[in-house]
Amino acid sequence: ALRVLRFSLAVNRNLLKTNVVCNKRYLSEKVSSSPKESVSKQIDHVIYTEEHFALKASLRKIIDQEINPYVDKWEEEGQFPAHKIFKILGSAGFLGVNKPVEYGGLGLDFSYSVAVAEELGNINCGGIPMAIGVQSDMATPALARFGSAELKREFLLPSIMGDKVACLGVSETGAGSDVASINTKAVRKGDEFIINGGKMWTTTGTQADWMCLLANTSNDPPHKNKSLICLPLNLPGVHIARKIDKMGMRSSDTAEVFFDDVRVPCKNVIGEVGMGFMYQMLQFQEERLWGVANILTMMEKVVQETINYTRQRKIFNQAVLYHQAVHFRLAELQTEIELLRSLLHRATALYISGNDVTKLASMAKLKAGRLARELSDSCLQYWGGMGFTNDVLVSRFYRSVRLLHSNLN
Amino acid sequence: MSARVLVGVKRVIDYAVKIRVKPDHTGVVTDGVKHSMNPFCEIAVEEAVKLKEKKLFKEVVAVSCGPQQAQETIRTALAMGADRGIHVEVSGKDYEALGPLQVSKILAALAKKEEANLIILGKQAIDDDCNQTGQMTAALLDWPQGTFASEVTMDGEKLKVVREIDGGLETIKIKMPAVLTADLRLNTPRYATLPNIMKAKKKKITTVKPGDLGVDVSSRLEVLNVEEPPQRQAGVKVETVDDLVGKLREAGKI
Repeated sequence: ALRVLRFSLAVNRNLLKTNVVCNKRYLSEKVSSSPKESVSKQIDHVIYTEEHFALKASLRKIIDQEINPYVDKWEEEGQFPAHKIFKILGSAGFLGVNKPVEYGGLGLDFSYSVAVAEELGNINCGGIPMAIGVQSDMATPALARFGSAELKREFLLPSIMGDKVACLGVSETGAGSDVASINTKAVRKGDEFIINGGKMWTTTGTQADWMCLLANTSNDPPHKNKSLICLPLNLPGVHIARKIDKMGMRSSDTAEVFFDDVRVPCKNVIGEVGMGFMYQMLQFQEERLWGVANILTMMEKVVQETINYTRQRKIFNQAVLYHQAVHFRLAELQTEIELLRSLLHRATALYISGNDVTKLASMAKLKAGRLARELSDSCLQYWGGMGFTNDVLVSRFYRSVRLLHSNLN
Repeated sequence: MSARVLVGVKRVIDYAVKIRVKPDHTGVVTDGVKHSMNPFCEIAVEEAVKLKEKKLFKEVVAVSCGPQQAQETIRTALAMGADRGIHVEVSGKDYEALGPLQVSKILAALAKKEEANLIILGKQAIDDDCNQTGQMTAALLDWPQGTFASEVTMDGEKLKVVREIDGGLETIKIKMPAVLTADLRLNTPRYATLPNIMKAKKKKITTVKPGDLGVDVSSRLEVLNVEEPPQRQAGVKVETVDDLVGKLREAGKI
């Protein structure tokens, strides 16, 4: 077992993709007969097929050509061009992976969304994947499932195609974890709802065309009195108050939004009035698994970059990497990443065959948040002084990753 | 409207991978290393699909020679818009020794069998940099060739090809059937969209062996040794031109 582990570690130094590492472990079992060829096709993956890998390769190209070269600039500017990037992704079909075909989606199962989320982790910052996740898997699932045909044509279809940028309006200054206690009200008057209140921490809020808004629409008990409303953000009374200056996730613009007697037609309610809270809760499993998939790849990348850095950086006459404490810790971190990946894939497999995976998804999210913090802290340490500068990926990751643990869902 | 374009696609080590020479110096390490479609082949596929979209051709057929994994490369071509694929199965020692001469014989045989009117290849592969397959294929078929193409247009019954050559650009007109090889600036390959990736699943890939085409793939070349290029040595900075001349004289260079 130790030989296999060392062999895998040695190979892993040269590899970027974990699926190829999995191949290597099988290779040691079938050592004699097979010819000296790469065995990437023969391995059975737990949930991924050839199409998943083709999807990842294509998305990777888009990331390498259209996104990563500009990330440093966007981090500095505090914003990335959402319309431009979403149009590129939408045209390639990556924003509607599990959405209905009638509205431009691909109607595939959630394992494909997980594959997309994993691949997006190759982006060199946290803000852009987060914004993409909001567009594809947070602001739109309830609409896709419960919205009327007219509403889907107006909001879902263009969001999937990347023509309209979406944002999610749930959290408020007084209510984050406690979603039930939000204050924003939508009062019915004839054929319209009149909205008053405000939302906080709105990802992509300064660029979005519409918001999936959760508001109180009656005086019933808190879990039954809320509705989801498709709110165009160019309506009179909508004030994008400010762009928040954040510690991390800097390429994602985060806004505070106010509503001052905003009038929206009643038909903009998604599904049934009063069901908003339940609808939003239903998609938490997917949101959590998505977040885990995304951060897994980022964690791997940080470890790999740390390995590369410490291999060439010398202290006390040898490479930092060859000091046992460093080497052991990185091996431990890689092990934890694999464990988390196994949980993710297991939960995904169960979910796509129709099971409720709330518990597993929550566990995965808990572990992901904790591991990301520990990992970013350990890796940052090994970068020494360089890790403290803003020029390196590890410090950006360290700043951004804090959000996953405490501040999201 | 002519019937068929044949596009050759080669599976090579990904351009971003750091190449390592095998310890026995017989080649480079390929096991467990990321592979992808040769970048010039991507450009070739894109051009073929574009020509089909302009309704100048009915069908784009992607061809690859190699072991089982070559099918992945064909699938990528299908996801970019090729209609079907042909996998010419070559594996083991035969695959290690496969070079432009054998591949061009295979392509020539396939072109005749499939009654192709046009063959588009990448100008060279990034692993061996041979820049021979297109030219050899044209010679075997006795077809005109437009190599290093940076622009291709239909001019009546002929193909107008702008070629990138050392002195600049050369424009030629050639009759079809013909062979083209794609250069970097011919086009920007499209991203394989997810809908097309899913559609590619249903497209057909037929497998044939070189023997079925009457081609002998035995090589007349033997690789004796493979070595890394010498490590780049540090340079020396000098202050003035005179210093530079002095140093060059000392080193016996002038």
